[in-house]
Amino acid sequence: MTDVDQRHPLVLPPGYRPVDEGADPPLHFPWYGSTTLRGPAQPLVPLPQALTELTGPLLGGSRVAAADADLTRQHPGEPLGQRIKVLGRVLDGDGRPVPNTLLEVWQANAAGRYAHRVDQTPVPLDPNFTGTGRCLTDSDGNYEFVTIRPGAYPWKNHENAWRPAHIHFSLFGRAFPQRLVTQMYFPGDPLFEHDPIFNSIPDPAARQRLISRFDLAATEPSRALAYRWDIVLRGRYDTPMEEQ
Amino acid sequence: MTGGPTPSQTVGPFFAMALSWPDGPYVVQPGTPGAVWLRGQVLDGAAEPVPDALIETWQADADGRFDHPDDPRGAVAGFRGFGRCGTDPSGRYAILTRKPGRLPGPHGTLLAPHVDVSVFARGLLRRLVTRIYFADERAANDADPVLRAVPAAARGTLVAERADGGYEFDIRLQGEHETAFFAV
Repeated sequence: MTDVDQRHPLVLPPGYRPVDEGADPPLHFPWYGSTTLRGPAQPLVPLPQALTELTGPLLGGSRVAAADADLTRQHPGEPLGQRIKVLGRVLDGDGRPVPNTLLEVWQANAAGRYAHRVDQTPVPLDPNFTGTGRCLTDSDGNYEFVTIRPGAYPWKNHENAWRPAHIHFSLFGRAFPQRLVTQMYFPGDPLFEHDPIFNSIPDPAARQRLISRFDLAATEPSRALAYRWDIVLRGRYDTPMEEQ
Repeated sequence: MTGGPTPSQTVGPFFAMALSWPDGPYVVQPGTPGAVWLRGQVLDGAAEPVPDALIETWQADADGRFDHPDDPRGAVAGFRGFGRCGTDPSGRYAILTRKPGRLPGPHGTLLAPHVDVSVFARGLLRRLVTRIYFADERAANDADPVLRAVPAAARGTLVAERADGGYEFDIRLQGEHETAFFAV
């Protein structure tokens, strides 16, 4: 059919399995008003995973300094709020660690306000807190940040709407299908049942995977509480995608 | 133990604090021979600009190679392949890169040059994935199996038009001329 050598078919590595039904939020969710005009109306077209999808940006060490993982030491003074460690592992869907992968985080300050010009929530900014960090997982997939516990904050989605306290996470994983942007929550938040973004995930069990757990053993005595949260990226099929 | 992949949540309106990199839009340095701008506007279902979207691109180099160990042809270093740009108040983004080369596809075919695109925004609970093809690759596009699998009426939404200094590729999240989006 073409001029490409048929004797040496390209053997692609195993592809990435889809996220299980009910674990990914829909593109339209009326309770979350902003989906109304932004979610596509047409069905998604299946994209077979080929070279562009079986690869992805491996953005490593040059983007991350050790200090980037401690959000409490980015200014001359210390930020207000409950000091916490957030730690865990990045794994793939088969339980294998994802090493040397970039994590980027951002969050509100202890009063519930982001250091972003668009956020005009009538609570103070903290001159000692920006609320952004990054790190790489180690060779066993471990990551760790030091920060302060973010405040819950009001938003305009509906009457008296409040977001549960959360930290935004962005991860690349190994290849394009593993790209993930999500939010980590704290255990026992009374706002869960009132939050459309948390509840947009159809499967209640999958929602629980966004909630960190308190980890007494990981606390730093007299300094920081600790919350553990493992992040699971998509797993791969077992077999290579021969002669795709 | 884990029970499955961690679900997606929206990037929200404040991602620029953390995800805006000074070099994000520069897949290649300005002045690189063959560099082209991929520019466009992100629009919502009311045809209003989306001023708080994040566009990310991933692509092969000009020879169709990747700096990645899972490429069975071997990794070729030197090309980042990744671009990232938040939209401005008028919903526009711009990424400086080189046009990718053709890639081997199924059954000995060649795929048309393409750039994978991720779209994140407030109001998107998970990312959207689309692809940029190039209007000046008409023969290659006509034979491309992915493009051919897109409903004919939407195929044109994936083709970037030649524009000053590069190509123009608008992304319409919803409504008339809605961009074709993929499940990957």
